[in-house]
Amino acid sequence: MLPRLEARPEPSNAMRYASPLLAVALTLAGGLAIFAALGKNPLEGFRVFFLGPLKDVYGVSELFLKATPLMLIAVGLSVGFRANVWNIGAEGQYILGAIAGGGVALYWEGSQSLLLLPMMVVAGAIGGALWAAIPALLKTRFNANEILVSLMLVYIAQLIVSWLVHGPWKDPAGFNFPQTKMFSDSALLPMLIEGTRLNAAFVLALGALLAGYVFMNRSFMGFQMQVAGQAEAAARYAGFSAARTIWTGLLAGGAMAGIAGMGEVAGPMGQITEHVANNYGFAAIIVAFVGRLNPIGIFFASLLMALLYLGGEQAQQYLSLPSSISKVFQGMLLFFLLGADVFVNYRLRWSGGKK
Amino acid sequence: MDDSILTSILVATIIAGTPLIIAALGELVTEKAGVLNLGAEGIMAVGAIAGFAMAHQSGSATLGAIAGMAAGAVMALVFGILTLTLLANQVASGLALSIFGVGLAAFMGKPYESATLPVVPPLRIPVLADIPVIGPALFNQQALVYLSWALFAGIVWFLFRSRRGLVLRAVGESPASAHSIGYPVIRIRYLATMFGGAMGGLGGAFLSVFYTPLWVEGMVAGRGWIALALVVFATWRPVRVLVGAYLFGGVMISQLFVQGSGAQIEIPSQFLSSLPYLATIIVLVVISRNVNTIRLNSPASLGQPYRPDA
Repeated sequence: MLPRLEARPEPSNAMRYASPLLAVALTLAGGLAIFAALGKNPLEGFRVFFLGPLKDVYGVSELFLKATPLMLIAVGLSVGFRANVWNIGAEGQYILGAIAGGGVALYWEGSQSLLLLPMMVVAGAIGGALWAAIPALLKTRFNANEILVSLMLVYIAQLIVSWLVHGPWKDPAGFNFPQTKMFSDSALLPMLIEGTRLNAAFVLALGALLAGYVFMNRSFMGFQMQVAGQAEAAARYAGFSAARTIWTGLLAGGAMAGIAGMGEVAGPMGQITEHVANNYGFAAIIVAFVGRLNPIGIFFASLLMALLYLGGEQAQQYLSLPSSISKVFQGMLLFFLLGADVFVNYRLRWSGGKK
Repeated sequence: MDDSILTSILVATIIAGTPLIIAALGELVTEKAGVLNLGAEGIMAVGAIAGFAMAHQSGSATLGAIAGMAAGAVMALVFGILTLTLLANQVASGLALSIFGVGLAAFMGKPYESATLPVVPPLRIPVLADIPVIGPALFNQQALVYLSWALFAGIVWFLFRSRRGLVLRAVGESPASAHSIGYPVIRIRYLATMFGGAMGGLGGAFLSVFYTPLWVEGMVAGRGWIALALVVFATWRPVRVLVGAYLFGGVMISQLFVQGSGAQIEIPSQFLSSLPYLATIIVLVVISRNVNTIRLNSPASLGQPYRPDA
């Protein structure tokens, strides 16, 4: 007898939290299968990919470094996702944040002001938020689908940064490489641990998680947005403004993505290049879902996704596999999560006919 | 602007529009059955690399096109299992498919990075190709261009003139009613989804095997998303998909217009490259402004999960 899905009388809370763990387990199993299929020893692959990045303090600090932009973006996105505001363009908002924050650093080059870094953070947030304001405006004013608009703006943002680093912002002493000057030391985020690259952006990310938690669970606006996501008709009946929900959701995601972009150029990169984005904006969508749109969950999901990034680099170095294997694993994780989520609302019945 | 420039602009417009036509018509059939597959970008990317790899290994562009279709159909099958059998959210699953597909294509494509294929010569239709200006543009084209017209005609006939097409549209409008009179809703949705995937894969393979013909990571460059927008722009009507795809094809080759006009102004290439994306946004705004246009034309159950109560 084939198993059959049967609706649960009410959604299973246990399954809501077990499902991400199940998805992680399935991704690991899938990873072993992929290594085997590629002719690598699966256990060796597992060791290199999942344990290799964490072998010393530096490795762990890199994990937190990579997780930082993911935390920032995912917590911002989850504000919108909770209300069914589908901002898929965080990658573009991240780039605009990098341009705006980095632009401040380049404009006041050499400034020793203590206000420089705070200004860069604010500029990054504004840059990202402005880019997200476009889909918000077009959605509220013209009903244009925010998924497609925010996505198109990713491609445009990539072209803007490409134009800047090939053109007006190109480092004149940079041997014609498409990149800006290196930022001066006063425009770089301070390091948290000597000898690593982990910087103050991680503190910003923790602050954002906390702020996100308070907003989503303790504020009236957060409550309104949750209602809008779960029962649109109820939200309308209660007089909650749909436009304000859309604006809040998109601006929160845009501002956080912008800060993340600023943090990369003022952190590990130290300049703006064409490859500023590194797919963080899309990976953060997965983080938001795997973290159940919940700041605590997002913290752990970011670390997991960061591990997948680092594992890819290790696999390239030690297993001579392309580092894009990370993206395959990241996509698999989301597939398995979406599949496992069916058991939140349904359960398997092995017996065919009887109820 | 002399005739030869006009002809070359027409040729380029039609070629640039063709992958959009193929992918968007496939997505249209999927959506007519009530399934919103936002994975088109990932499907096209996987179709592009599968087609390229097959053509590179076998030396046959035709086999490449078939491999692209097969890969697209498999991707759509994964989407179908998630959304139709496991009842996962279609928006989230489509995004997952796009993210996964683009990543998988980058991974699979690593050994082929910047590899090229021999250019496939156009298929010349005698006599008709001798018509001045439009002859070479319309009748001295890649075989897949003619195929895209056949696909268009076939889909119009199927959706609006055949019984099965009527059933498919009924499934998209009201799956519960279709189920109650005995139609296998889930199976029809699977078939429509996989057809859409196969066409997306073919569109991708057209890019990598016939259009460029080379493989670089990220070469699909948002065409999957533009195809999705085209379906909305077309208000789910095949003929408007055709018109819209050629409009976008024209926008995509805008640098040819600039050269052809003989203008002396220096325009950054990035500006011209951004035009298709800007155009997509503008088109979405124009078509969505009137809420009723979308509401009246979109399949009523689009994006809604359906589970027949056994």
